[in-house]
Parts: sequence; structure tokens; C-alpha cells
Amino acid sequence: MKSTKAILGAGILASMLVMSSSALAQTVGFSQIGSESGWRAAETTLTLQQAKERGIDLKFADAQQKQENQIKALRSFIAQGVDAILIAPVVATGWDSVLEEAKEAEIPVILLDRMVDSSDDLYLTAVGSDLVHEGSVAGQWLVDELAGKDCNVVELQGTTGSSPAIDRKNGFEQAIAGKDNIKLIRSQTGDFTRTKGKEVMESFLKAEDGGKNICALYAHNDDMAVGAIQAIKEAGLKPGSDILVVSIDAVPDIFQAMAAGEANATVELTPNMAGPAFDALEAFMKDGTMPPKFIQTESKLYTQADDPQAVYEQKKDLGY
Amino acid sequence: MNGLMLFMRRIWPQLLTLAVIVGLISIMFPGFFQISIANGRLYGSPIDILNRGAPVALLAIGMTLVIATRGIDLSVGAVMAICGAVAAWGITEGYGLFATLAMALAAGLACGLWNGVLVAILGIQPIVATLILMVAGRGIAQLITEGAILTFNHEGLIFFGSGSVFTIPTPVIIGVLTGAIITLIVRRSALGMLIEAIGINLRASTLAGVNTRVLLIAVYMTSGLCAALAGIIAAADIRGADANNAGLWLELDAILAVVIGGTSLLGGRFSLIASLIGALIIQAVNTGILLSGFPPEFNLIIKAVIILIILVLQSPTMRTVAVFFSKDPVGASDKEKETVAP
Repeated sequence: MKSTKAILGAGILASMLVMSSSALAQTVGFSQIGSESGWRAAETTLTLQQAKERGIDLKFADAQQKQENQIKALRSFIAQGVDAILIAPVVATGWDSVLEEAKEAEIPVILLDRMVDSSDDLYLTAVGSDLVHEGSVAGQWLVDELAGKDCNVVELQGTTGSSPAIDRKNGFEQAIAGKDNIKLIRSQTGDFTRTKGKEVMESFLKAEDGGKNICALYAHNDDMAVGAIQAIKEAGLKPGSDILVVSIDAVPDIFQAMAAGEANATVELTPNMAGPAFDALEAFMKDGTMPPKFIQTESKLYTQADDPQAVYEQKKDLGY
Repeated sequence: MNGLMLFMRRIWPQLLTLAVIVGLISIMFPGFFQISIANGRLYGSPIDILNRGAPVALLAIGMTLVIATRGIDLSVGAVMAICGAVAAWGITEGYGLFATLAMALAAGLACGLWNGVLVAILGIQPIVATLILMVAGRGIAQLITEGAILTFNHEGLIFFGSGSVFTIPTPVIIGVLTGAIITLIVRRSALGMLIEAIGINLRASTLAGVNTRVLLIAVYMTSGLCAALAGIIAAADIRGADANNAGLWLELDAILAVVIGGTSLLGGRFSLIASLIGALIIQAVNTGILLSGFPPEFNLIIKAVIILIILVLQSPTMRTVAVFFSKDPVGASDKEKETVAP
């Protein structure tokens, strides 16, 4: 008797579950660029996590940095009749025909992190970060931290000509524009790598009176900042106090540096692009709410006051 | 005494170029020669040139021998990434410093063996044979680091990148020692001459009884070993193995160093010292650009123009012109002959 009740109860519960999820996406295809960087690996990990939490069956395809693989993956998702497609496009052009195929099959497509050059009625929405905003968050932090004190800033740019380097530079310059106490005295590319970040910082230190002339470093990514921090230490100065360090990305290693007091602030480029994407998708599936064409993720500022050690522990297993 | 004179005559163009570039930098940046001691280590721009130039100098040592055999080794940058990854992996897995270094060096030797077998046994053209590892090597390195930057905090391993002995940075010492040891080996034995013989005529050397296969493999393994040392230094310098970026495009800098050093890509006569000076010239240009404060958009253009000027001045046509305009054309051309065939 008891067991029949239990079975009945379980049956009702199960049918409720099915009903509740029937309005939502059940299978979603995700075409990822490949494992080009630690950040991308973390994005993959978080997308899988988010899908699992929401009970979505995620079909994952790794394109190994090739557009033709992504197009193949999209076609196979369409053939399988998935409910929605997430894609992090490797390049901006050449997506029109495959996106039209998805549209004809009435499968909504959401772009993650990167944009495409196609017309915006071919995809539901795009989730991404505003690179200019990231730069200005970093710049604003420095403005607030200095509170009017004079400061000479050196800048480690990303790869010359790349859009993150251009936008993060512009954003920072916008934030410090009109602040007479802050001067950008040197700016050079560190190619987004630790080695170059260290080498260029070494030359900055020598060119600016052994670093005595420098009060802050702005690096377009954390890896260059980590390299530069070593250069500052080897020059006998204290990063974090003699020279303030602010950078962008929020990878785990910079939190270790912040916990040790060697870095001051970082702006997060969140790898959780899938969360907002799934939210938008759920709302769309439920009652047809059209999301805006661009969903901007939060560019969160982390400082030494945000318990960097705890953030490090939380981030270190995401595959960065 | 005569030997020293010949030696100086061989390397004076390189020394002069280096002096001119260093002179130009010190005009633009007057504080260039200030050297102090920070954290028990020599500190200053000239030290930076030596220290940052060490990986390319190490690669250039191996590359010189390979090029002398009329070969080329495009894989050294990727081998750096592999060996750096092996070192970081070994130390984080707790194998201890000695075992880690041994594994990293063994990885370099194995890569060299692979290249050597492709070239010497299978007879594949060196540029193609080493291209395979150049392309595949970063993949191998990424497999070892699992795609992330593998960081470590082992003081013993870090010593090879940012440590010092008697205030001289470790990479400089490793570079100088390797250069000295390999120069001694090839010049105090017949090996150097045999390597040149292979470069001039492989078939004739084989017929004359030189074990060309073994020697070729040994040369590529030496190149692999030098790349391993450079890889360990690069990883130790940033306390992490960056499979994507460690040694990226450094094979081209190494080849350029050998060319600036005056060794012909067609094989034959070579000079290790001149290649080392070539590596320093390249690094002096790099450091000079960084110190100059030009916007980064100009970096590559400035470098290209300087390299172009150096190569044009060294070109055979310019030599002919120089001889033509010199006051004593006959004597000058005699001197030329002497340097070519001492």
C-alpha cells in the first residue's frame, strides 16, 4: 500500500518535472571554438556546468579553431533537431548560409563572446563583454584609488592591432581623460604573454629612473601583469605598493598575486557567458520574450578587499 | 697570433654592428650604461640584452651547427615549448630538480633525434623534416600542460631563469658555458671540420669515410639540447610553462642570428662566436626599441629596417663596392681571399 503511494507520488512528481521542463529547451547544441586559451577552457567548463544545473542536455562540439568544423557542427545540430544552438564563432564572416538554415528550421541561435558580421535577425541574441567598458572600469578604479594624487602610469598593451588591445586602451584613456594628476608616460605591447610582459616591464623600469618615476601599471591582461610583477620584484621594488598594478581578465593566478599583496585590482571578463544565454533562452521559450540583440555581461572589479584567496580557490578548477 | 688576427677579421663586422647599435641606443637613452646591483643581481639595460638574448643565443648555437651541414631546424621554438612544459610538469608532479632537468633535456634530445632520423636516415629535406615538429610540437606541449599555463614555485627551477651566480644572471652563464663547451668540442677536435665537410658536399664526405648519418643526427640532437636549455630558461623566467607562446617565432630569430653572424645558409664554414654576437645584435635592437618609447606599431618596422641595413652592408655586392672604392683595391681583394680560404 505504502509502496503504491510512493510510486504514485513519484509518478506525479515526474510528470510535473516533464511538464515544467517541456516549455524549456531540452537539448542545446554548443559549438565551441576550441581550446585556444585558459579563459576559453573555463568558458567550456562553465557552460557544461550551467547546462547541468538547468537540466539541459548539452551537445558539445569542439571546432579546433576551424570555421568549417563549426559549420559542420551547426548543420549536424540542425539535423538532430536541437531546441537551440550556442556558438562561439571563431571568425566574424561567412556565417550567413548556415544561420539561415537554422532560421528555416526555427532553431534559435545565441552567439557567445564573439560577434558575427551577419544581419542580426539571423540570431536570437549575442552575449558578450564590452571591451571598452572593461578598460574604463580599470581606469576608474585607478582614478578613485589615487584620489587626486599625481601618478605616472605605464601601459602594457595587448597584441598590436587586436580589438581587445584597441578597446581596452580606449576605455582606460576615456576613464582618465581630464584627470590632470594621471599621466600615461609609456605604452608598449606585451603581446598578451607573460614573457613579453616581463621583458617590456624591465625596459620600462630602466627607462623611468629604475621605476621610481612609475606609480602604476595598467596591463591589458592578467598574464602580462603577472610577468610584469616579477620584473618589478627583481628590480627591488614592491609591486602593489611602490607600483600599483591593475589588469583585466581575472584569471586565477592574478588572485594569488592579489592575495600576496602584489597586485591591486583586476576587471573580470566573465567566462560565464552561458548563464545569461540560457536565461534569455528560457524566457524566449516560455512566452516568446525577445531578448535585446546584445546582452552585456558584467565587468566586475575585484580588489584586494574581495578575499582574493577564496576567489582563487573557486576559480582554479575551472580549467583556466 | 696569426690565428687570433684571422679570428678578429672574421668577427669584426658583427662586433662593429653591435657597437654601432649599442652606441645608437646610448645616444637615444643616456642612462643605458648604468649598471647597479638589485636583489644580488646585476641590473641594467646591457644586462637585459645579455639576459633576454640568452634563449636566442642558445638556439643560435645549435642552429649554427645545423646550418653548417646545409640543414635548417625550424622546430627549435616548438621544442622550447615542449621542454619548458616537461620541466614545469616534472617539478609540479614532485620529481625533484635533478630528475626534472634530466627529463626536460632528454625531451630536447629526443626531439633532435626525431629530426635527425628524418633528415639523415630517411633523407627528407631538413626544412620539411623539421617543419613537422614545428607544427606538432606546440600540440605536444599543450597535451603536457593540458592547455593551461602550468605554474610552479620551485626555487631550484626558478634559479635557471631569474637566479644569479656571483651577480651574473643564470641564463647568461648557461649561454656562455654552452657556447664555450660546444666551441671547444667542435674546434679542438675534427668534428667542426667534418660538419663543414658535410655542408659542402654530403656525398663526398660519405665517400671519404665520414660517418655522415651519425654526425648529422648528433648535430640535430645538439640543436634539440640547446633548445631544451632555452626552454627551461624561458619557463623558469616566468615561473610557468606557456605552451602557446614559449619560444614562439624564436626559430626565425635564431636563423637570423646565424645569418647576421655571417654563416652561409648553403652550409660549410661556420662561426659560433659570430652567431652569438648575431643573437646579441637582435636582442640589442629589441631592447633599444623598447627603451626608445616609440608606439608599438613601429616595433616591427624599425626592427626590419635595421636588419635590412645590416644584411645589405654584409651582402657580397656591397663588399665588391667597398673593394672598388678602397685606395688599395688589389691589397683589399687579397685580404678577402685570405678570409675566405685561410
